[in-house]
Amino acid sequence: MNLSLKIWRQKNANSEGKFQQYDVQGISEDMSFLEMFDVLNERLINEGDTPVAFDHDCREGICGMCSMYINGQPHGPGKNVTTCQLHMRSFKDGDTITVEPWRAKAFPIVKDLAVNRSAFDRIISAGGYVSVNTGNAQDANSLPIAKDNADDAFMAAACIGCGACVAACVNSSAMLFTSAKISQLALLPQGQAERAMRAEKMVAQMDTEGFGACSVTGACEAECPKGISLENIARMNREYYGAVLSSK
Amino acid sequence: MSWVTKTLSSSLGRKLIMAVTGISLILFLLVHCGINSMIFFNDGGETFNAAAEFMSGNWLIRTAEVGLMAGFIIHIADGLMLWKSNAEKRPVKYAIVKGEANSSWASRSMGILGSLLLIFLVIHLRHFWITSRFTDEITGGHTTLFAEMIETFANPIAVIIYVIGCISLAYHLSHGFQSSFQTMGWNHPKYTPFVKSVGLSFSILIPLIFAAMPISMYFGWIA
Amino acid sequence: MVVIFIDLEITTYNSLIYLINTKFMSTMLDAKIPSGPINEKWTDFKSHVPLVNPANKRNIEVIVVGTGLAGASAAASLAELGYKVKAFCFQDSPRRAHSIAAQGGINAAKNYQNDGDSVFRLFYDTIKGGDYRAREGNVHRLAEVSGSIIDQCVAQGVPFAREYGGLLSNRSFGGTQVQRTFYAAGQTGQQLLLGAYSALQRQIGLGNVTMMTRHEMMDVVMIDGKARGIIARDLISGKLERHFGHAVLLCTGGYGNVFYLSTNAMGSNVSATWKAHRKGAFFANPCYTQIHPTCIPVSGDHQSKLTLMSESLRNDGRIWVPKKQNDTRLSIDIPEEERDYYLERRYPAFGNLVPRDIASRAAKERCDAGYGVGTSKMAVYLDFAEAILRYGKGEANKQGIHEATSEQLQEMGKGVIKEKYGNLFDMYKQITGEDPYQLPMRIYPAVHYTMGGLWVDYNLMTTVPGLYALGEANFSDHGANRLGASALMQGLADGYFVLPYTIGAYLASDIRTKAIPTDSPEFVQAEIEVQERINKMMSIKGTKSVDYFHKKLGKIMWDKCGMARNEKGLNEAILEIRGLIKEFWSDVRIPGDTDEFNPELEKAGRVADFLELGELMCVDALNRNESCGGHFREEYQTEDGEALRDDENFAYVAAWEYKAPSEFELHKEDLVFENVKIAQRSYK
Repeated sequence: MNLSLKIWRQKNANSEGKFQQYDVQGISEDMSFLEMFDVLNERLINEGDTPVAFDHDCREGICGMCSMYINGQPHGPGKNVTTCQLHMRSFKDGDTITVEPWRAKAFPIVKDLAVNRSAFDRIISAGGYVSVNTGNAQDANSLPIAKDNADDAFMAAACIGCGACVAACVNSSAMLFTSAKISQLALLPQGQAERAMRAEKMVAQMDTEGFGACSVTGACEAECPKGISLENIARMNREYYGAVLSSK
Repeated sequence: MSWVTKTLSSSLGRKLIMAVTGISLILFLLVHCGINSMIFFNDGGETFNAAAEFMSGNWLIRTAEVGLMAGFIIHIADGLMLWKSNAEKRPVKYAIVKGEANSSWASRSMGILGSLLLIFLVIHLRHFWITSRFTDEITGGHTTLFAEMIETFANPIAVIIYVIGCISLAYHLSHGFQSSFQTMGWNHPKYTPFVKSVGLSFSILIPLIFAAMPISMYFGWIA
Repeated sequence: MVVIFIDLEITTYNSLIYLINTKFMSTMLDAKIPSGPINEKWTDFKSHVPLVNPANKRNIEVIVVGTGLAGASAAASLAELGYKVKAFCFQDSPRRAHSIAAQGGINAAKNYQNDGDSVFRLFYDTIKGGDYRAREGNVHRLAEVSGSIIDQCVAQGVPFAREYGGLLSNRSFGGTQVQRTFYAAGQTGQQLLLGAYSALQRQIGLGNVTMMTRHEMMDVVMIDGKARGIIARDLISGKLERHFGHAVLLCTGGYGNVFYLSTNAMGSNVSATWKAHRKGAFFANPCYTQIHPTCIPVSGDHQSKLTLMSESLRNDGRIWVPKKQNDTRLSIDIPEEERDYYLERRYPAFGNLVPRDIASRAAKERCDAGYGVGTSKMAVYLDFAEAILRYGKGEANKQGIHEATSEQLQEMGKGVIKEKYGNLFDMYKQITGEDPYQLPMRIYPAVHYTMGGLWVDYNLMTTVPGLYALGEANFSDHGANRLGASALMQGLADGYFVLPYTIGAYLASDIRTKAIPTDSPEFVQAEIEVQERINKMMSIKGTKSVDYFHKKLGKIMWDKCGMARNEKGLNEAILEIRGLIKEFWSDVRIPGDTDEFNPELEKAGRVADFLELGELMCVDALNRNESCGGHFREEYQTEDGEALRDDENFAYVAAWEYKAPSEFELHKEDLVFENVKIAQRSYK
């Protein structure tokens, strides 16, 4: 199929960006969206042009690196899918596809479609862990965990940190991301010791990074490639209010 | 900063303020709607006027009214501030946003809906509250609230403004009701569907009843 | 012209033969395995290894390159001990390392299932699975610490799958007859990596680790014969940076991307280990490549990578092809009696759960013989119909439904399958557009893992003092074939429980070394060399993109050094690669500048290293005149097509020393088996 692409080009964080139009021909519907970009880039290189920079790595939907805002949706159309797993059969011959980077104050642009998501790492550093040094652990089966809790913790932990939640949110809120980690650890006995402190610190870091507040539009949940639930945000709210009320 | 101000100025705290004040305004709406519905007895406003009389004469209600005013002001001020600060979190906007693919229109438009309601509120207060609380008392009560309503809603423009206000309210509530539960942390697979359906019914029913008032008065069904 | 060309080829070929003949003159390597009985070696080692006291640890800097399972766990553990750690990754966050994509699980000799597992059995299975080409001492240690890994991960909040009683669940993997694999749906690698990542982020937050994301290691800096730091490139600004470390840890994963198409991430590369190799670290067993039997088949020339379907699927899926050649019927139209469940037929004892190398070769054999399915005929079926029915019946019994309709059974059975493998089934559907709940999956082998890597001793130190290799980057534990769910185990064992001890042996003698200023001549020189190489590459301004060369190399490697190899093909491959190297250095086109974010430049550097590695892989494969595990030489097979080892002549680790471009010298480490009886591997 033949497509018309409108792609955001921006040389670096400090320069102005603009849309550039490219037409691509002979795209197979079995290609992934990124493979379509490979075709475009190969052509740009051969024409002596600069290829489009974009983040990607595993190309199997788990590393969370790919991050394109396609036709008004993070990771494009389709449920539970990352950009790398989006296939061209989701588009029609002759379509115009607009591709933008994640846009948020907390995610400054690196180049073209690549953004800096280190804010997420700092949120984890603020408390998204259990303080257990290597070698301190007791036997893995010494604490039984109800299957429901283990399953819920897993579903929250399935977050790939891609930032689609922030990209989708009208407020650029990172609450789905933050709450997923808070939830995972709040649901497990291992997370109890630091539970209150974790909620307070991670929320504070999230605010410091410049993410917005939540207006419960549910866009994050709908666009999350891993289907992380809004229930996690409610749980984070409970954890946080409980923490500030009970901490000394 | 004390822990209280720190908490309330955090993103979660500010949402909590929105939710708590929102819920109290919802409760107020319920009372407001209940009392106003007495006009539907169609008894020349007798019952309604009596209830209004009771409300304005009861010191407990008058005290609560101060709380209500505070609730309104905080909800509005916090809402506007959140709206502004959230908007600043995305300095460069997207060229294309396909919001309908992932969220309801109301949920994305709470700021606009809230602002419409604010305009409506000012008009509404000017029409009735100021009249009943200040003018009437100062002047010694020449007229009743019911008569005031009949007079106001004889004007088709007022009716249209009120209907638009009610529609904004419906959308605002359709998202705000269940959203406030979520913000307060009350999300549970068992109960949330129930909360959502109650919220939806509430957000349709209450504005519908409110809208019926100016309409029925305009057409003279209530006199 | 033609004559000259042939002449050239003969000369190169002769020099190659000469090169291989030199192996007999080479020295033997000492792996420094502690003496004593196998089950006491590690305990004994730990009790006697020199220690570094806390005050000294604060002054010792360690560089960790790569933040996958091995790197993140090592960086976090070393920081917890008090060392000053600097960690590097080329991705935008340490959480993105490709360990995250591991699906099936992690092995541990916990024996929670009471099915007869033990440390010895895990050790034995690993040695046997590796086709008797791994080092006993290391593998036993791996089995010993395996249990602690699970403990550590659970303590970190890794949400492993659990039974209703709240205890950990296990499943089976290839090459074993016990259930010792712990898992988290089909995302075990992700959960384990996020556990290690959280430990790392905690240390970053505490200021004990300096994390450099979007940085690529460009070279090792050698001072007085020891590794003392690295030159790194900031991938955003393009600036070269010098970083000092008392020791340097390479945790940079495997080199499967030499084949262009593999299940590795797009950025996975050999560059760090290759740079180390060029600086004196021996490269061991480079030809041992694991071809994973269950991947989604290639769909066209545009393909940029291959996607794995976890080995755990072989717990429930049955592999088959039609009994008739070139059968064009739909899978569901082929009646049961016309299906050939060839793994079950050939290997009744292990059936569909034979080790990966065997399953892959069997698939290739069927496809080559004309029994393949799908449009390309290069695929076999992985069928869940029977498992769906079986689980459906189980569910019906649980729910007390005695006369369930077949639709009900299907429905319930699919529910169970969804819970176990849901994400894999979704992924398959996303990629192929076919629904695997309705039709069997089509699968074909693909490059997945590389058992070879930098040669390391028992302490995980390479032949360069102070330079360590952990995880897939080293060669040590998997012999010629890795068993499923053992990569995660090895990466975390190295990082959490092995290196933090063994590094003491080196650093204890290094406490007097002050931090070396990075303006010392060695650092300056190393940076200049890196800069010159980059400039040279950029100045070529040729006509062909980096991917052109990568794809070409990949094709050579897959055709001639892939699932089956032979002498003729390997010789051809070596010459073709040498030609390709020349072409690369005269005709590659890299757009953009050096002082900006330039993914093409990054790729070019990596492909340049892959080209050199590719040659060494072929040289190694040519040298190993036997078949073992992932290395299958067509000349060496049994009558029924199984790999034929030559224990008399090849029971050694081939460790190659870099001498000059295209010139490698072989060193050997003899493999001694004192605790496992070396035998022809049989899964029949």
